[in-house]
Amino acid sequence: MADVAPYSYPHRHLLGIEGLVPGEISALLDLSESYVEQSRRDDKKVAVLKGRTVINVFFETSTRTRTSFELAGKRLGADVINISPDISAIKKGETLLDTALTLNAMRPDLLVVRHPQSGAVHLLSEKVDGAVINAGDGWHEHPTQALLDALTIRRRLGGLSGLTVAICGDIMHSRVARSNIHLLPAEMDRFGVEVFHDMRAGLDGVDIVMMLRLQTERMQGSFVPSVREYFHFFGLDARKLAAARPDALVMHPGPMNRGVEIDSDVADDIHRSLIQEQVEMGVAVRMACLDLLTRKLQSNRAEAA
Amino acid sequence: MTRRTALVNARLLDPATRLDAPGGILIEDGRIAAIGPEVTAGSAPEGAAVIDCEGACAAPGLVDMRVQLGEPGGEHKETIDSGSLAAAAGGVTAVVALPNTSPVIDDVNVVEFIARRAREVRRVKVFAYGALTRGLKGEQLTELGMLKDAGALAFTDGLRAVSSARVMRRALSYAQAFDALIVQHPEEPELARGGVVTEGEIATRLGLPGIPAAAEAMMIDRDLRLVALTGGRYHAAHVTTAGALVLIRRAKREGWRVTCDTAPHYFALNETAIGDYRTFGKVSPPLRSEVDRRAVVEALADGTIDAIASDHDPQDQESKRLPFGDAEPGIVGLESLLPLSLELYHNGHMALLDVLEKLTSAPADLLGLPLGRLAPGRAGDVVVFDPDIPGRIEVDAFRSKSRNSPFDRRPVQGRVLRTVVDGRTVFEAG
Repeated sequence: MADVAPYSYPHRHLLGIEGLVPGEISALLDLSESYVEQSRRDDKKVAVLKGRTVINVFFETSTRTRTSFELAGKRLGADVINISPDISAIKKGETLLDTALTLNAMRPDLLVVRHPQSGAVHLLSEKVDGAVINAGDGWHEHPTQALLDALTIRRRLGGLSGLTVAICGDIMHSRVARSNIHLLPAEMDRFGVEVFHDMRAGLDGVDIVMMLRLQTERMQGSFVPSVREYFHFFGLDARKLAAARPDALVMHPGPMNRGVEIDSDVADDIHRSLIQEQVEMGVAVRMACLDLLTRKLQSNRAEAA
Repeated sequence: MTRRTALVNARLLDPATRLDAPGGILIEDGRIAAIGPEVTAGSAPEGAAVIDCEGACAAPGLVDMRVQLGEPGGEHKETIDSGSLAAAAGGVTAVVALPNTSPVIDDVNVVEFIARRAREVRRVKVFAYGALTRGLKGEQLTELGMLKDAGALAFTDGLRAVSSARVMRRALSYAQAFDALIVQHPEEPELARGGVVTEGEIATRLGLPGIPAAAEAMMIDRDLRLVALTGGRYHAAHVTTAGALVLIRRAKREGWRVTCDTAPHYFALNETAIGDYRTFGKVSPPLRSEVDRRAVVEALADGTIDAIASDHDPQDQESKRLPFGDAEPGIVGLESLLPLSLELYHNGHMALLDVLEKLTSAPADLLGLPLGRLAPGRAGDVVVFDPDIPGRIEVDAFRSKSRNSPFDRRPVQGRVLRTVVDGRTVFEAG
């Protein structure tokens, strides 16, 4: 196991990539590497979080992120429970902060929270004693997705520096895009990005093509006139991908809308597509986050005692 | 028996007459009987209550043309009682309440209810706007004439913009029969729908749905064309953007009957006050960029903006302690109105009398109220204040039922020492 000191990640929570410094991100990625190896063994379980309680609180439906966090917690030996929107008291009119206080009284060590409102996870984190991981808040951030993307790229290409990454799709509504924009270091515009409205121009010479999911509710909401037009101009197919470097790699946070933002030929190309690897890295990155935040929690408690 | 109060040893400030001189004010049976250097402790008539202002400023009581008092229907946030306590503590002697109550002030009965409650509380003067359309739905005009006869000062749909050009045109035409002022919440509602902050870098960073600043200028542009068409009298409430101010400045130069106001948070704060999703910084229209904030200051100084209103909008904890997108907009403003407005004076943007004019005679005049002046025969409504004394805004000390202010602990200069309504002291600093 990588020897990572608790001070290498000095924050109590993981609410976003914005505000993290490169060293902290590297510490998380370094630790993730060891968990990739562990997850490939027959016995995937260690006792790092033995006796700890992790609660996944999802105010928005999710299968892959929740499952990924659940597996991560269990592989570290924690007790993991899930609270989803249909069973949550929110349905009965309880406010977010009341839910936070109720959960806090159960003394969880870690809360993994997804919420449809930007900033909601930040608000909740102020009211609980444990550590909070943002599993996606509105349009704002989805930090573990950016970390798993970075880990995937780093493992395949050996590093992150000097790469040109194209993030394609509905950037405005995307927390994945925001977190990745904060993580991938660049210094061009205010956000360190250059904006294109033409896929081929934007993909010209890039190393990585990150596709975003087009949310179905956006398709109805007249943001995009039709799926057909969207795919024609902005969907990634072999023709548009040809503008990128010949060895450019394709990523997607999932779940994919085949034939909407991505063509199956590209998505399933084992030489170009990193999509399955991203899912695998997701578990490892979340194990690293749970582990590091617990270490920080422990050292805080030791200091307080 | 005649009731007499003499405020003596004051620095008299009357924006309407540009008076700035030492002297005193004698109030008899609620009205100003004499004002000037001749009113002293020695000259006060027998039996008069003599109040020594010890050199502090005495100005007309503030007229706050845009407040929400929670009553009827929102008594858990504010009542006419608590709201007038807050007003008195803020040096405000007259308030005008928005019609977005429950029930809505779209009927004579509700106007009369507010007037009766104000008489019972008997602290500051409480007036009301009438709804411009029934139920604030933006469709059918209310009985403007009957509402005005019952006491409604002007007409507005409050926090909602009148969306339909046809309805606004009819309102501006019809209201002329009663010389009634139409007050608009200037924001193109279709463009603004779902937005909670001003569109731009901060909105993008926070992942919050934005409203383009142009939504304000677009609505004002449309309305000004309707004013030109109808000759109606139009007032744009809480104007906040450089783009809208350019249009209003031009319309005034054309001689159209157009006025506007703004609120302290639009010249004392910009959108950075939202920080990490601080819901106390959520208002409607949303806080703007620094460029727009500066344009508001400039428009106050050059007279494009006629008045400053607190935009007092009390919200309880349950309405604010929510994710930013779900929280109610609004800032509780009556008790910080004067010190925040005085920042314009202390920062060298405006003369003291000019700041006071925007808080007294200007709003009174455009609403047709005979208030906001220190002159014989006028109401004995006075605020005594020290414009220089340093301190901090202390939200915990607010008299309002609600505490939703982003200005807590802000260092300010200026404090209200005494508030007098019709010769009666309704507030005295401890």
